[in-house]
Amino acid sequence: MTSESKIYFYPIWLRIWHGINALSILVLIFTGINMQYANQNFKLMDFELAVNLHNIFGITVTLNYLLFFIGNMMTSNKKYYRLKMKGLIKRLILQVNYYTSGMFKNENPPFPLNEKRKFNPMQKVTYLLAMYILVPGLIITGLALLFPETIIEEVYSLSGIFMTAVLHASLGFLVSIFLVIHLYVASIGKHPLNNFKSIIDGYHDISGH
Amino acid sequence: MMNPLYILNKDHLAAGVHAKFKCTDCHSADYSKYPHNAELKLEPLSTCLDCHGGDAKYAAYKFEKIDEEFQKSVHFQKVGESFTCSKCHNQHYYQAKSRNSSEVGEIVGFSNDMCMSCHSNNNKFLLFSNKLKPELSQIHDWLPNQELHFKNVRCIECHTVVVDSLSVSHNILPKEKALKNCVECHSKNSMLEASLYKYKNIQSRTEKGKLNSIISNKSYIIGAYQNEWLNNFSIIIFLMALVGISIHLIIRIIKK
Repeated sequence: MTSESKIYFYPIWLRIWHGINALSILVLIFTGINMQYANQNFKLMDFELAVNLHNIFGITVTLNYLLFFIGNMMTSNKKYYRLKMKGLIKRLILQVNYYTSGMFKNENPPFPLNEKRKFNPMQKVTYLLAMYILVPGLIITGLALLFPETIIEEVYSLSGIFMTAVLHASLGFLVSIFLVIHLYVASIGKHPLNNFKSIIDGYHDISGH
Repeated sequence: MMNPLYILNKDHLAAGVHAKFKCTDCHSADYSKYPHNAELKLEPLSTCLDCHGGDAKYAAYKFEKIDEEFQKSVHFQKVGESFTCSKCHNQHYYQAKSRNSSEVGEIVGFSNDMCMSCHSNNNKFLLFSNKLKPELSQIHDWLPNQELHFKNVRCIECHTVVVDSLSVSHNILPKEKALKNCVECHSKNSMLEASLYKYKNIQSRTEKGKLNSIISNKSYIIGAYQNEWLNNFSIIIFLMALVGISIHLIIRIIKK
């Protein structure tokens, strides 16, 4: 373990944010499923408890999002999220090809990580979508549902609260898909647990990924 | 000078179920003169069942069964015979909203106003009880989104025993026995289907298709508005993601 192959990718504030977010999202998905698929014969937990936990962790994610947003704005971490549109499709195809075939042939990754590049193009696009569209969308619809009197009652004869609830559940569903893929992709590395260790101690081992 | 409380509101009277009646159909013939004697107020009046009971015309509404259920209710048990139908169903103004309106909010509002006429008015409450009325927002403080529930759910949804053969259950329960289990309504087989949403006028929308009826409703009930198609669709997408990951993982292990 030489220090040259390790980069300090994840500063402490980012790791705290990520930890709180990970835990909260897990609780939110679990309690959300319990409410969305509520059935008297099958329930994962008490409905009232699910509602209360969902509210508490929803607010936690909201406050925590501010930490992410402000942290990203104030520190150099923002540079990793800058997306160049030119040639993006080409770069994405290169990355997909690596994940679906290149990595099995022991080819080198097309976008090796270094101090200037923390995310490969696929990661960058997914993280941007997740953190700047999905999560804010969930926070806005979630807060609206927490204060339902703020929701417009009727939009072109469609129930406002219904549309908000369906949008909230759909975005939540997409986050659960993101989570599964995120966890799996994190296991791709020199050792399947390397990346999980990185997000705890902050150091990313670039020699294997 | 006449007691203003005895003056009927003509508009409400005209909208009520007994609008076509002459005053003297129910009251004594002396009422046809105005002004009439104050003592007339003390005349014995017919009860609702005198007309509505045992009559083939009203058989579908099962007034006898309603009476039977009502006698089990906390209102009758605590107050007795003097708690007449008209304590809730004002005979001059009553409208069959739950059968005729297609707006959930209107049905709920009309129904809850009957309860509120005493339960949010100590003067009336004290006519039947020697205690002050309980503060409703306080005793319901366990209920999330209280205001929204009060606006969209009838009190009787939780405070009565649902009887399938009656369109509105009349056995109002003592508060200890009220429903407090969220999943009774917030679930695939929601109890609301057997009470509030049992009315044909609300369900008619269901015949247009489930999704259509759901999105045109003014309210949204978590858990109760499940769409099989969307449920299955989301499960399929999730499984596809898992299958994709599994295939990738297997190739990773083989090629290692």
